[in-house]
Amino acid sequence: MHAPPVHDGLFDEDEHGNPYLRGGRCGACGRLQFPLATTCPACGSGQIEEVRLAAHGTLWGWTAVTAPPPGYLGDVPFGFGVVELDDGLRVITRIEEPDPAGLELGMPMQLALVELAHSGPDREVAASPVTTYTFVPVGAT
Amino acid sequence: MTDVAIAGTGLHPFGRFEGTTVTEMGVSAVRAALADAGDPDFQAAFCATVYSGVAAGHKVLGALGRTGMPIVNVEAGCASGGAALMLATGAIRARQYDTALVFGMEKMPKGIIRSSFFEPWREQAGLAATPAYFALRAQRLMRESGVTKEQLADVVVKNRTNGLENPNAMFRKPTSAEEVLASRLVCEPLHLHMLCSPNEGAAAVVVRRADLAPGAPEVAAAALRSHLPGSVLGEATPLSGVDDDDITPPSTLAAEAALSEAGITPDDLDLVECQDTDAAREVLAYEELGLCAHGEGARLVADGTTWPTGSLPVNVSGGLLSKGEPLGASALGQIVELADQLRERAGPRQVDGARVGMAHTVGRGANASVVVVTR
Repeated sequence: MHAPPVHDGLFDEDEHGNPYLRGGRCGACGRLQFPLATTCPACGSGQIEEVRLAAHGTLWGWTAVTAPPPGYLGDVPFGFGVVELDDGLRVITRIEEPDPAGLELGMPMQLALVELAHSGPDREVAASPVTTYTFVPVGAT
Repeated sequence: MTDVAIAGTGLHPFGRFEGTTVTEMGVSAVRAALADAGDPDFQAAFCATVYSGVAAGHKVLGALGRTGMPIVNVEAGCASGGAALMLATGAIRARQYDTALVFGMEKMPKGIIRSSFFEPWREQAGLAATPAYFALRAQRLMRESGVTKEQLADVVVKNRTNGLENPNAMFRKPTSAEEVLASRLVCEPLHLHMLCSPNEGAAAVVVRRADLAPGAPEVAAAALRSHLPGSVLGEATPLSGVDDDDITPPSTLAAEAALSEAGITPDDLDLVECQDTDAAREVLAYEELGLCAHGEGARLVADGTTWPTGSLPVNVSGGLLSKGEPLGASALGQIVELADQLRERAGPRQVDGARVGMAHTVGRGANASVVVVTR
């Protein structure tokens, strides 16, 4: 149904079809991480337990990317920012609002999956569509 | 401990030089620095570069027939030149060498820097957009320190005005805040003219035991630091992080180390060359380097403190906003400027009575370097 993920191991869907980010919790220091890795970037421990990160959070920082960065497979402009998840982790993410004026600090955000497929003839790469994670302002239509 | 002097400096101008190879630019800067120092023998060479490929420093010294000594190629992102200088300074202090050559060069592609730092998927997903990270940092600074877009434009006006007097700068046209704010919006709040241009150039410094170069400016400190984990907007650009209010940024770590090593406080500084990759990065540097209290960065531009006529001129060279940023050369370009200032040969850019200068770079890795030069 979806185009293949842009990278394995970043996200998955639960039994109800709702997406979640695959994170980790360090068994030694308790720090959450994303993406899921084999070591803890805070303390170096290898005791990492996979966790489903909160799919809901609040907006902590945002901008919009107006020119396609190198290698990018989607269209511009696109929203880009930091969402502070309900479990405390701050995550760099695409945001489904390309106008920075349409966003505000602390607004509720919900995880979603989005398909990236470039539509211009002037793009550096021609590639098949991919699915990646994104956050959508809650209440947006 | 053995003191370390800057016996000579050399620069290949920063800009675009079609048809000139990165090796040729390095040769030009190295020749000039060696001539300025009286052509001493050197027992080691440290070459800073990020994109010049395998054994880049060997090619430069090979072209000059000056090989046989250890030649070490150093990569530490934007701070590569600071890292090379730290290694050379430390070796001379430890009396491993009497004289060392430190140089850096780069030939960058136009536009957003494509870096092997990011995994391919992160590029494909649009999450390797370097200016967007600058923009998020700028937005946070505006929010937490009350900086306005107009004040960011004023930083550009200051540095571009300073650059008018620098024949080695890339951009030498006057500008206005209106013109900066009218330039294309790249990533809100950053407009095109608020971002430095990756470009080409080279810089070289000959460092010696101070007793071999009497009267020359001295490297009082050369500190390099990396990031502490956890800051989502730090220069290490991770994909996640935690509340970072208590996490000291690498520029602060390097500044504290350098000031302590030099035995001075920010009040002792006569001028600063700092990382103005974008206009907000300069204001953030004021705060991270301890030039003002947290939250007061905007004041230093607004009240004229960091203009050439102020009490602490910052980026009198024109900064990266005027010079452009050839990664491996940019940190050493700052050292060339500080040495010229302390030797009172900076011409129309001369800061009267300059005796203590600080140079700061920070970037990918993360890496931050802070160098203190005194006379």
